[in-house]
Amino acid sequence: MTNTAYETIIGLEVHVQLQTETKLFCRCSTSFGAAPNTQTCPVCIGLPGSLPVMNRHAYALGLKTAVALNCTIPEFTKWDRKQYFYPDLPKGYQISQFDLPMSEHGWLEISDPKGEFATKKVGITRAHLEDDAGKSMHDERAGKSDSRIDLNRTGTPLLEIVSDPDLRSPAEARAFLSELKLLLTYLGVSDCNMQEGSLRVDANINLHIPLDDRTAATPIVEIKNMNSFRAVERALQYEANRQFDAWQSNPVELGKPGGHKTTRGWDDQAQITRIQRQKEESSDYRYFPDPDLLPVTTTAAEVAAVRGQLGALPAALRVTLIEKYKIDEYDAHVLVNQGQPLVDYFEALAAACGDGKRASNWVQQDVLRLLNETETTIEQFPVSAAALGELLKAIVAGEVDNTRAKDVLQEMLDTNASAADAMAQLGIEKVDSSDLESLCRELLDANPAVVADLKQGKMKAVGALIGQAKKKNPNVNPGQIKSLCIELVQQLPS
Amino acid sequence: MSLSKADVEKVASLARLKLTDEELATMTRQLDQVLQYVQQLEGLDTSSVEPMAHTADLANVFADDVLRPSLPRDAALANAAKRDDECYLVPAVLGD
Repeated sequence: MTNTAYETIIGLEVHVQLQTETKLFCRCSTSFGAAPNTQTCPVCIGLPGSLPVMNRHAYALGLKTAVALNCTIPEFTKWDRKQYFYPDLPKGYQISQFDLPMSEHGWLEISDPKGEFATKKVGITRAHLEDDAGKSMHDERAGKSDSRIDLNRTGTPLLEIVSDPDLRSPAEARAFLSELKLLLTYLGVSDCNMQEGSLRVDANINLHIPLDDRTAATPIVEIKNMNSFRAVERALQYEANRQFDAWQSNPVELGKPGGHKTTRGWDDQAQITRIQRQKEESSDYRYFPDPDLLPVTTTAAEVAAVRGQLGALPAALRVTLIEKYKIDEYDAHVLVNQGQPLVDYFEALAAACGDGKRASNWVQQDVLRLLNETETTIEQFPVSAAALGELLKAIVAGEVDNTRAKDVLQEMLDTNASAADAMAQLGIEKVDSSDLESLCRELLDANPAVVADLKQGKMKAVGALIGQAKKKNPNVNPGQIKSLCIELVQQLPS
Repeated sequence: MSLSKADVEKVASLARLKLTDEELATMTRQLDQVLQYVQQLEGLDTSSVEPMAHTADLANVFADDVLRPSLPRDAALANAAKRDDECYLVPAVLGD
């Protein structure tokens, strides 16, 4: 998908709601979906004389995330007021961080097991803590009537994570968001629910167009209103094409007359971006230190302690799984991207059956399929890793073939039986080797044409016997039938 | 440095203040005097003074993440210029 006519430059701004009980600067609830204006107090609705106090847990979650994003944690950080007027911002300012953010200069590595782009470290410019605004609701049908304001969300803790403009395609942007979301999920710092606004993405994009003697940059566009990662990818693709078309019809450069940054909203219905009304003087936020809040200091020892408690994170976990269980990179991505509980199940299964590759295949092909079909999670899956491990051991021991084992798993699910009991219920028992041999002789006697083919080295002919063998005894292992028949034919006098 | 009328107009507009010509002239003169007064500080040698972010010599004041009662809705909405049963009402917010 690389278009050599230009290079796409993308940076992302992600707002993540941190999973706290209470707001960033007051002790009102952060729970979603309460009746409007029932979770507010003098602090979050900005009444005179109220004083904000920093939520210890929110700061800890922000710090944990920043450390996991490989950020530098300055010893000293403070909060500033970002002034603007909007009906959902009752204080008249947002409490954010301007010149001394709590973290900066980190990175997150993205990779694509399908190889659409090379593995790269995407720079994190900064991650800082700020409070959220409220929600305005406007009924379009009511025409020019009033908007309604619900301030329940006002003051909810957000971590704003800003990437460097290191992303070079919409696919990379999507991969970055998926990897970031996965990391946040492993850290347990946010539920990352886009529908409920726990994770919001804005994207900055422009193009670098090579000319004869230099490279020209198109004006930067900030895209808003994207409600899914897929929408982000599509909006960026649309916007890259739109900017290139605009450049070809009228080459306007960044920073030149008419080349200022603009904001466009993604219209998911129409699949296009539209120019948004500019907020008047929007860039003049007149930041100054919030006199109501005290600074926070963090020591190197505290940062080291946080780092020591991070646990296994996705990137490192993939490497561990590849090395420890001899699975390939693609498999490691699939398993790790499902989250820690599934990885735990896989590891227990691999340990129980002693075959990592087989465990990986079964988790991906069967367990995930069953979870999808029943719309449940691995925590709710009724067959434990130990129980499924017994079944995989039976496959390894040749007691049941892989195809029949899938029926056994279904039987285990249906009847809550152990692998051994489910196999007995299905009448599966290991076929005795003498029985197997007499069955093969019987088949060869009844199929002289197949024997003739095999003698001539047409090994595919044996397939016809496998079907017949399964009809006579469903418990036979196709692989064993195949090798035994060939062996017997080779022993025949020519 | 001297404050211009345009500076004051911009600050007033950012603060959503509408000033008459007379008020603008008065504000420009008075604000300019305030700034000139504060400007005396620039005469001090601060090269050996650490910058500070807060007048209180304190840091790391936190509250535990423990729920406390919020205001009853009627109390929260009591000062609203306009309201309905559940929400503050404001002139239509268009666009985003």
